[in-house]
Amino acid sequence: MKTIMTGILAGAALALTISAASAQAPRSTLDQVKARGVLNCGSNTGLAGFGVPDAQGNWSGLDVDYCRAIAAAIFDDPSKVKFIPLTAQARFTALQSGEVDILVRNSTWTMTRDTTLGIAFLATNYYDGQGFMVRKSLGVASALKLEGAQVCTQQGTTTELNLADFFRKNNLKYTPVTFATADETRSAYEAGRCDAFTTDASGLYSERLKLSRPDEHIVLPEVISKEPLASAVRANGDSQWANIVKWTHYAMLNAEELGVTRANLAQSAQSNNPEIRRLLGVEGKLGEGIGLTNDWAARIIRHVGNYSESFERNVGASSPLKISRGVNALWSNGGLQYAPPIR
Amino acid sequence: MQAAPETAKGSPWYDPKIRGYVYQALLISVVVYVGYAMVSNVSQNLARQRIPFGIDFWDTQAGFDINQALFPYTARSSYGDAFWVGLLNTLLVAAFGIIFATVLGFLIGIARLSRNWIVAKAAMVYVEVIRNLPLLLQLLFWYKAVLEPLPRPRDSIAIPGGALLNNRGLYVPEPVFGAGAGLIGAAFLLAVFGSIAFYIWAKRQQAASGRIYPIGWVSFGALIGLPALAYVVTGGPVSFNYPAMGGLNVRGGITVYPEFIALLLGLTTYTAGFIAEVVRAGILAVSKGQWEAADSLGLPYTRTLSNVVIPQALRVIIPPLTSNYLNLTKNSSLAVVIGYPDLAQVFLGTVLNQTGRAIEIVGITMAVYLTISLLTSAFMNYYNQRMALVER
Repeated sequence: MKTIMTGILAGAALALTISAASAQAPRSTLDQVKARGVLNCGSNTGLAGFGVPDAQGNWSGLDVDYCRAIAAAIFDDPSKVKFIPLTAQARFTALQSGEVDILVRNSTWTMTRDTTLGIAFLATNYYDGQGFMVRKSLGVASALKLEGAQVCTQQGTTTELNLADFFRKNNLKYTPVTFATADETRSAYEAGRCDAFTTDASGLYSERLKLSRPDEHIVLPEVISKEPLASAVRANGDSQWANIVKWTHYAMLNAEELGVTRANLAQSAQSNNPEIRRLLGVEGKLGEGIGLTNDWAARIIRHVGNYSESFERNVGASSPLKISRGVNALWSNGGLQYAPPIR
Repeated sequence: MQAAPETAKGSPWYDPKIRGYVYQALLISVVVYVGYAMVSNVSQNLARQRIPFGIDFWDTQAGFDINQALFPYTARSSYGDAFWVGLLNTLLVAAFGIIFATVLGFLIGIARLSRNWIVAKAAMVYVEVIRNLPLLLQLLFWYKAVLEPLPRPRDSIAIPGGALLNNRGLYVPEPVFGAGAGLIGAAFLLAVFGSIAFYIWAKRQQAASGRIYPIGWVSFGALIGLPALAYVVTGGPVSFNYPAMGGLNVRGGITVYPEFIALLLGLTTYTAGFIAEVVRAGILAVSKGQWEAADSLGLPYTRTLSNVVIPQALRVIIPPLTSNYLNLTKNSSLAVVIGYPDLAQVFLGTVLNQTGRAIEIVGITMAVYLTISLLTSAFMNYYNQRMALVER
């Protein structure tokens, strides 16, 4: 009997050791990413201009560039990113559970999400607002004329909530038809299941390109909500990681503001302007303060470019979407994009 | 009395009884430890990430609308209400699916054994095609098949009786009950109970005297006739709210959404393929002697089937039939891909995403599906016991 008791006790001791080991404090996210050699980036399953893989599996888009910029700052190599496509439903759970290190997936920054999901929103890389798309043949020129309409939308989004608010506020009746993914939503709208299709305005332009006859559809003028699309990380007190994510975006904005581009990076490094010299790490040791090298911002600009370059390439004039900067212009040009100074 | 020589040897390790206890104890401690590890791991991680835990979200205002709700639901309702909307929608499609799949499955299963070559082969092709294609694909097919050929609301197809059909759904007239309409309901209930009583009486008569009464016709007549009589007597208190085109869409009436139609079609045809095989196997399990005995008594084919073969076949059919019912109910969660607001779509999809309470909501959803399945199973076991061969 003695041997049995000893055996059970030994087993219990072993069990306790294992659980004690698993309860140890985790390493910082930056260390994990460095050890892994690749950044896990939660991305859209396919939204042209923001995050979409091409036929060869190469990802591109404004959100994608954000992740590439972080990889460039850490590894000096923008290809060290693994893009993990997430549906609207799966995205926050994937971030919470640690499946991704960062979520840049046109996700709206709201108070509920910021305070109750165990995640923290950091920097708005695109200011958006929700709109409606309808068939021209419907003869509707304003969202206020959508009384009795059936509206296709994606479930589990702020879009779904704003839609309910908008019709309630204007005392209009409507019927929502919700789908799990953007593709299902769009194809149902295209099949005539709904009178209107609603999502963020940028998404409407992007989805319209995928319709068989884009010209037969118009985007209504009303913008019914504020949709700051922002990057998010786990709210686990890892402020170093939060700083890297936040300041990557700010570095791209500051670079635009100071006129530093991919093309003139080498000359800019010779500049006398102390702001540029600090940004590019010629002076000061700001990069080391966030666990990176001092040329972290120079790496970002070399591989990805400044915010304007990324914007124009993915959603602006040099892209099929042709979205104007609008509220996403720099504050100095009357827009909302404003970065704290690097000093 | 004689002392067992094994225990006398000393070491308890060689006592099979004690050894058994040790193995049991080990197994229990492993199970307890795994459970403990899971709970503590989850609670530690939740605490570290400052994610609240609990179902306090249940009474919070949901803020989103759902198109098909069996009770009044608006964006002002709570997440708890959204849960019930989803659950009722799941039960609705599962109930209709089970009824239709059973009927269709029995017909096809019997058709596979038909002496008519074309009927038998057609049933075989149906079963082989349906069973060998993924259900997800079939649902997408049905959704497209429902949506694509139907016209836009402005060009709705008018169905005799006042119903309208377009790619937004089937709109049927909604009965509006006036004073005295309760009598019609009472007449209908009376007809239902009367039919059941007549069925029992007729079966007893048949057992005693061998005389067969036309149960089907009598029940049918009562179910239609009595309410109709009440309708005339009370002076026609029921009016109808007919659907009509208004604004962008059809207004009025009761709407059957295309998602429901597509899901029901998909689940019914798919499950019927499996039920058909179960039915065929059940019928083939009845020994040939039973057919021959019925033949020699001069019973016609349909009566042999319904009174001799199927009652015996049911004993073989019911257990696998239960599995198919459970599968149908669980498969209804594939509704997600075609936008039917069932439990999985509303609760596991939207509510989870709006609240972020993944563990709680996944847990509740699992518990609900498990409960539905166990209840179905329990009912079918009860039915199976009643149908089982009574051995004397």
